[in-house]
Amino acid sequence: MELLERFAAGDEQAFESLFRQYQGEVYRWALRIVRNSAAAEDLTIETFWRAYRAHARFDTKTGNCAGWLRRIATNAALDFLRRDRREVALPEDLREEERTALPAEQAELRRKIFAALDQLSPKLRVAAVLALIEEEPYEKIGEALGISANAVKVRVFRAVRILRKELAEAGVQP
Amino acid sequence: MNEHEVNEMKKLLQRAVKATGQAEPQRDLWPAMLRKLSEKAVRVPWWDWVLLAGTSLVLCFFPGMVPALLYHL
Repeated sequence: MELLERFAAGDEQAFESLFRQYQGEVYRWALRIVRNSAAAEDLTIETFWRAYRAHARFDTKTGNCAGWLRRIATNAALDFLRRDRREVALPEDLREEERTALPAEQAELRRKIFAALDQLSPKLRVAAVLALIEEEPYEKIGEALGISANAVKVRVFRAVRILRKELAEAGVQP
Repeated sequence: MNEHEVNEMKKLLQRAVKATGQAEPQRDLWPAMLRKLSEKAVRVPWWDWVLLAGTSLVLCFFPGMVPALLYHL
């Protein structure tokens, strides 16, 4: 029996194989959204936990395990952003030495940009970060959010409008 | 709002925030996954605790039911 079929039937060894095969991909996806490695690791485990519980609902006909896991990871990350965002030191895209070596002007720009991103709702923030910073295709973001590519585009436009307003108030012009 | 403004914002964000690239987890996550699976496996639903408490109360007030309960077990 194929690995995915064995997983859908509740085989624990198949689950471990899938975990080892996809943990890096799920981790990177979560990291792109929350931008903190510890939070991304927790979200990876939460994603596979949710997948394990929902194994019977996995559609073996499409066989798109990566897409299914990205969708679960995105939902888990949205829950995280709604619940825990303020408690975790975000973001963590630069190492400590890189951060301290930044010119004051650049550090100030980063601070203002993250303050503006914080003003976005989790749904807009996910669309904006994935599309504008990570340059993920709208189709892939839409698949992960469970919406169409056009709906992603609308969210990105709305996010950009809010970001422009927030950044203009902070004295930053794109 | 048009594509030009979206691209301008993209450039501004990318000037200040790096894409995460091909990052990998800093540790093997499988042991943590196993811990989570075993934690959840031993969790007793709240309704079971209610049933247990109810049964204990009944047996306290009607100890004569203990042999009948044991017979049915």
